[in-house]
Amino acid sequence: MERPLLSARAEAFPAGLRVLVVDDDPTWLKILEKMLRKCSYEVTTCSLATDALSMLRERKDKFDIVISDVNMPDMDGFKLLEHVGLEMDLPVIMMSIDGETSRVMKGVQHGACDYLLKPVRMKELKNIWQHVYRKKMHELKEIQTHYNNEDINILRYGSEDLDDRNLTDGITNISSARKRKDVDYKEFGDQEFGDSSRLKKARVVWSVDLHQKFVNAVNQIGLDKVGPKKILDLMNVPGLTRENVASHLQYRLYLSRLQKQSEDSTSGGNMPSDLVNNDNVANFELTSSTNMQQCSEHTKFVGTSENLVQGIIDDAHIGDIKKIVPVQVIESEKGLISDIPSSQNVNSVPQLSALFSFKGMTPGVEEKAREPTTPKHQTLHDGAPRMQFMHYPGQGNCTMLDDYSYLSSSDQDHQVSFSLSSSSPVISATVSNEKDMKDLSEMKPVPTDQRNAHFAVIPPVACMTGSVSLQIKHGMVHSQDAGAICKLDGSPNTKGFSTEQIDNQECLPLTCEFSPKSEAELDSLPADLHLCSIQKFGCFEDVGFGGAENFQDIISTPDTQVQNDWYISSELSSDYLYETVDYPLIDECLFA
Amino acid sequence: MELGSLQRRYIDFTSALFREGFLDNQYTQLQQLQDESNPEFVLEVVTLFFEDSEKLLDELSRTLDQQVVDYKKVDAHVHQLKGSSASIGAQRVKNVCMAFRNCCEERNQEGCLRCLQQVRQEYFLVKSKLETLFRLEKQILAAGGSVPVLW
Repeated sequence: MERPLLSARAEAFPAGLRVLVVDDDPTWLKILEKMLRKCSYEVTTCSLATDALSMLRERKDKFDIVISDVNMPDMDGFKLLEHVGLEMDLPVIMMSIDGETSRVMKGVQHGACDYLLKPVRMKELKNIWQHVYRKKMHELKEIQTHYNNEDINILRYGSEDLDDRNLTDGITNISSARKRKDVDYKEFGDQEFGDSSRLKKARVVWSVDLHQKFVNAVNQIGLDKVGPKKILDLMNVPGLTRENVASHLQYRLYLSRLQKQSEDSTSGGNMPSDLVNNDNVANFELTSSTNMQQCSEHTKFVGTSENLVQGIIDDAHIGDIKKIVPVQVIESEKGLISDIPSSQNVNSVPQLSALFSFKGMTPGVEEKAREPTTPKHQTLHDGAPRMQFMHYPGQGNCTMLDDYSYLSSSDQDHQVSFSLSSSSPVISATVSNEKDMKDLSEMKPVPTDQRNAHFAVIPPVACMTGSVSLQIKHGMVHSQDAGAICKLDGSPNTKGFSTEQIDNQECLPLTCEFSPKSEAELDSLPADLHLCSIQKFGCFEDVGFGGAENFQDIISTPDTQVQNDWYISSELSSDYLYETVDYPLIDECLFA
Repeated sequence: MELGSLQRRYIDFTSALFREGFLDNQYTQLQQLQDESNPEFVLEVVTLFFEDSEKLLDELSRTLDQQVVDYKKVDAHVHQLKGSSASIGAQRVKNVCMAFRNCCEERNQEGCLRCLQQVRQEYFLVKSKLETLFRLEKQILAAGGSVPVLW
């Protein structure tokens, strides 16, 4: 449809709704056509399901909604329903003279957004526009969420060219994208939210300058009192949001922690390998961009895992992917995982994977879910530092879906693994690109000389290109400097996993919290971790885009707490890393 | 016949149809849908119904006449007829169809044949009633009057 007509139609909504009616009964077809016309809809009739399908396939955006009879000679109405849902993702209303519950249920199961009983009344047809509207709203919301993720994504590090201009651009776009959510529905006809190119620009870029400001601010505040808000205020960068700062902060902290771990000593304050990180980030950025591009090719919604998946995976799964759950801060009084009620959970979901994708090498950031909860998560358990392990879906995140494939990515092959020293460190974080992910599938947790050799190993999930998966090989962490990282890999086939649970989740935030505990307790940690991660997944559907609170409920592991000294910021002086009494607090705040 | 009495006759006749269950509210819906842009709407729809139904009835006869009756097929046809009759509000036809489907489920050939006969009866009955109705309407219009609205 031509642009002008589009807008006109959109503005007249619901009038002008383009309806395709499919019914083998000529009498009904005529009646329905008349009724729909009276509702000011644009009606196209079809007496054969096969004709209807080819019509729909021919011009995907020619119709807004499909109404179909259940009983048709050439094709079962439910089959048509499935096809339309999968291929065109249009709302479909079923009709039948048979109002048996089982039939209605079947309709709903196959994805019908409504089931009308014949004889259909005009008043029922008058309201069918709500299904179209609802769908659009849902899609808008997803874009919105995507934007929020994008907003906090740290995509380009160390790139000299990037300056605040880009930052502002990104933020401006973010704002406009946000506004879009509130835009009157009538604008949907303009296919604005289908315009991925605009959406892509919404990114916060942490240039060297910006980062320097960040570091200065942190130093100024004092490591013991550092917090996103304070940093933001001090940085005084127009357009920068607290979310941006928060995620960046976590990112840096994580990096330093990695550094610290790998050096197996202290200090070293400096970023493990700024170069490496930068490279990774840069590479990741590339990848992300690639992802974005790929996504846009496939989907309307750029960047959302859902869309990535959509573009890559067989459409059959699209319906399953509802949204990406960004990393969320999981507030928990207890340590991570653990307390998973029954170990059966573990068994029942062998393929869980905590996708810890990190932009570049470290936890990607973002999540506005995380950010707002930051202050909240100051709770310390037993006064012990809590390590929160964040999972950032980031771009092209791994999804819990069955067949997702790796998005092609650049050739980066950064893999960082470090193992926590300590006497029985079992935790090693492996960050790798998707190529490595494949390897990781076979990879088993590094057996170390811990006491506890059980690892909760979940086969890795293939992550979308560019996503860095943080594999936490779970093990025992009991020493001061042992950070607990859960290795949660999901196998590419999460079919085994009760997808009903994670129906709507792709990348689920995973926060593991550990606090020191006795060795005995630690023994159970692995299983707990394992369980916890699974548990988390099981609850993901409850976790919305900011459902940190949900996790709090989920995670209740007072027993498994491992002291962690994760929060090491390389930029920050190493002194504060371990010695300060307030360390735990910092942990909280940093990883909140 | 003069207009007044034509119109009176029309009203009586229509009321009786509804009262006796030949037609139900769906027919009224159709009448309400008719407007200036489509003044023959009801007639067109009912004509379609007649054509479709007669085809179905023939099919039914044929299917039930087989040595080995394919009840699934019979049921499918009856279902269709049921849907069709519901479209114009031919209530009695629809009711017989429901009974007919039960016979199909039971694979009761005799029952089915009986139902078939019944449904044919009801169908032709409502058909003639409707034809009378249309004739009356035509006469009223020809006499320069307007067809009374009964809702």
